[in-house]
Amino acid sequence: MMGFIWFWLVAVMIVGYVVLDGFDLGVGVLHLFLTRTEHEKRTTLASIGPVWDGNEVWLLAGGGTLYFAFPLLYASAFSGFYLPLMIVLWLLILRGVTLELRNHVDVGVWCKLLDGLFGVASTLLTIFYGAALANVIRGVPLNADGYFFLPLWTTWTPSTYPGVLDWYTVIGGVVALLALSLHGALWLTIKAAGDLETRARKLVTPLWLAVVAITVISLFATIAVRPASLNNYFNYPVAFAIPVGVVLSLVALWFFNRTGAAVKAFLASCFYLFFMLAGACWSVYPTLLPATTGAQYDITLQRAISGDYALGVGFVWWVVGMALAISYQVFTYSRFLGKAEVGEGH
Amino acid sequence: MTSELIHRLHFAFTITFHYLFPQLTMGLGLLIVILKTMALRTSQEHWDRAARFWGRIFAINFVFGVVTGIPMEFEFGTNWSRFSEISGGVIGQPLAMEGVFSFFLESAFLGVFLYGANKVSAKVHWLSSVGVFVGSWISGFFIIVTDAWMQHPVAYVHLPNGHFEVTSFWALLLNPWALLQYMHNMTGAVVTASFVMGAVGAFYLLDKRNEAYGRTFVKLGVITGVISSILIVFPTGDLHGKYVAKHQPAAIAAMEGLFKTEQGAGLVLIGQPNDETGHIDNPVVVNDLLSFLIYGTTKAEVTGLDKFKPEDRPQNLPLLYYSYHIMAGLGTWFMVLMVGSAFLLWRGKLYTCPPVLWALLLSFPLPYIANTAGWMTAELGRQPWLIYGLMRTSEGYSKMVSAGNGLFTLLGFMGMYALMGLLFTVLVYREIAKGPEPAETKAH
Repeated sequence: MMGFIWFWLVAVMIVGYVVLDGFDLGVGVLHLFLTRTEHEKRTTLASIGPVWDGNEVWLLAGGGTLYFAFPLLYASAFSGFYLPLMIVLWLLILRGVTLELRNHVDVGVWCKLLDGLFGVASTLLTIFYGAALANVIRGVPLNADGYFFLPLWTTWTPSTYPGVLDWYTVIGGVVALLALSLHGALWLTIKAAGDLETRARKLVTPLWLAVVAITVISLFATIAVRPASLNNYFNYPVAFAIPVGVVLSLVALWFFNRTGAAVKAFLASCFYLFFMLAGACWSVYPTLLPATTGAQYDITLQRAISGDYALGVGFVWWVVGMALAISYQVFTYSRFLGKAEVGEGH
Repeated sequence: MTSELIHRLHFAFTITFHYLFPQLTMGLGLLIVILKTMALRTSQEHWDRAARFWGRIFAINFVFGVVTGIPMEFEFGTNWSRFSEISGGVIGQPLAMEGVFSFFLESAFLGVFLYGANKVSAKVHWLSSVGVFVGSWISGFFIIVTDAWMQHPVAYVHLPNGHFEVTSFWALLLNPWALLQYMHNMTGAVVTASFVMGAVGAFYLLDKRNEAYGRTFVKLGVITGVISSILIVFPTGDLHGKYVAKHQPAAIAAMEGLFKTEQGAGLVLIGQPNDETGHIDNPVVVNDLLSFLIYGTTKAEVTGLDKFKPEDRPQNLPLLYYSYHIMAGLGTWFMVLMVGSAFLLWRGKLYTCPPVLWALLLSFPLPYIANTAGWMTAELGRQPWLIYGLMRTSEGYSKMVSAGNGLFTLLGFMGMYALMGLLFTVLVYREIAKGPEPAETKAH
């Protein structure tokens, strides 16, 4: 029971991270080509300035919670994905530093360079996150101790000894890139005004079509790479509510965007991300990290879970702590409602 | 080079660079609360501008602390996976709590503090500075709890599969080692911030610009500096040292360069430890003082390194010895300089005394060195143990990550951090050059 609860608590943290940091990553991607004037660039950055760091905290708190609840999973996955994680770290550093530098630099050429680096770092991060999730669904070559080491790339076919990037995980990366770009575009329709808002709104429809297409492709690709992912759905048919949720949120997104309800369209995108991640989690549960080397090497919930005492105490402080955390974030977001304004920076 | 050494260097280098930033964040967080409190109480523009000025420097420092801090959480898993697997049942607790209780708090209020001056009332803005301060200090606490468990494991059970599991939540959080180390460390953070603020103030006074602010910064820096420079030695350093002597006798023997067990052991002030001959070369020693400092009596016996098997002694004796002596030596200088400055401040002569202002200006890097040396003392003293007495450092690193890959990413971090160090210096220099007076022309 504790295992079931903590599996979903960690999943909640991951969803929180993707939904929140997802829009500022998406804004970073769009920042590469959507903004034209200096004022637009500053507006775009101001729309995420007060909140991006708080959004990124979900990654850290989620990582900490994952480590706390499933130490073996954390140890195995982090050392096995050593090289891609180091690249992620460098991109996170690059992204944070360029965003902060942008507030301090007023030489045109440097601003262009920083904007470019910020956009590229954001783009690569979304692709890496998507690929990372696809790696977990596809499985990794675990040994008897529960460890592995993945090369950055091998052949492009998922096999017993795959690399980080193959055709399946690349699809995962594209899903994340498109879905988070759409998420970011919807955020801009809420926060930006004038030309920029119009351009962001025009981008929503093509992005939406691309997201629909890649969602369908990724669904069939997942079933092809990992047929067992359907088992949980057929054993518990109520879980088909998840794919229905994906479809409904995409439809709602389309509808609200057409009617100009920007906030509602953004929320629909949040739900889309939530259902996609919930679907992925449910397709592997109760396995945490599947082995390509044979199911007996899978890192399962039972194998990785911490002790009952720790998890019991943890449940108490987690609920209290996250209630506080969410209240702070609600407070911050409520201070910055409406269109973003340039010039309120530090 | 062996994998073990590379993984050790990897963690040591990234955490040393990282901790240059949080020590100022935590200390400056407190000083900004003081400035904001004065602003709220007096309603004078002067205090608010002073707070904004330090808020800008704080923001740069905070971002560098955040982005260099993320690798630390990752490296438990990437570079020290075996250790993480075995001890996750205990230290997963404080590490996860840091994320949940501290990071959300400080990041949420930092957004309001930096971007919300025109959007919230003065009281809420003051509250946001308190939120950032409290968040950063909570963060420090959970990290110290994690380290303290590695230094002095408490409240655990060793399971048959080799894993450790926590048995008492409160005993883990209230580990005496953690409380002592926390007090010592946080005082160290305030020392850093006091010296930085004092140095900026001294710079303005010596350069004859922003002099009203220069006086404020020197005054606040010296007042918090004299308090923290005394507290860092007594009682926090003293109590912490005695606790180390009790629970890690090999560490204290190596720190003090005490090769042979002695009654009435002397304190080595200066001298080079010679690992091969087992002597201190060129020593300057105060007789009986070490026995007195640890046990309160000059005749007490202090255990030397000879009582420990070679494999149970800290391996890098000279580095440990020098780190400790540099920390202690600089701590003495902090007290001398700050007590002297405080006296001149009280007599009303400090602002017009260039030699002391120069000393304040030039001393600002020293607390960074002292804090770093202090942490090196703690972590080198813990060797050869990863978890003191329970797990050796050689058992904890990621066996699946080869030395070559570790070296590649270590060099990557070194290059990136060199560039970031330069950027940080340029950015802070520009803020100091601009000064607290608003230019009114720029949005930022």
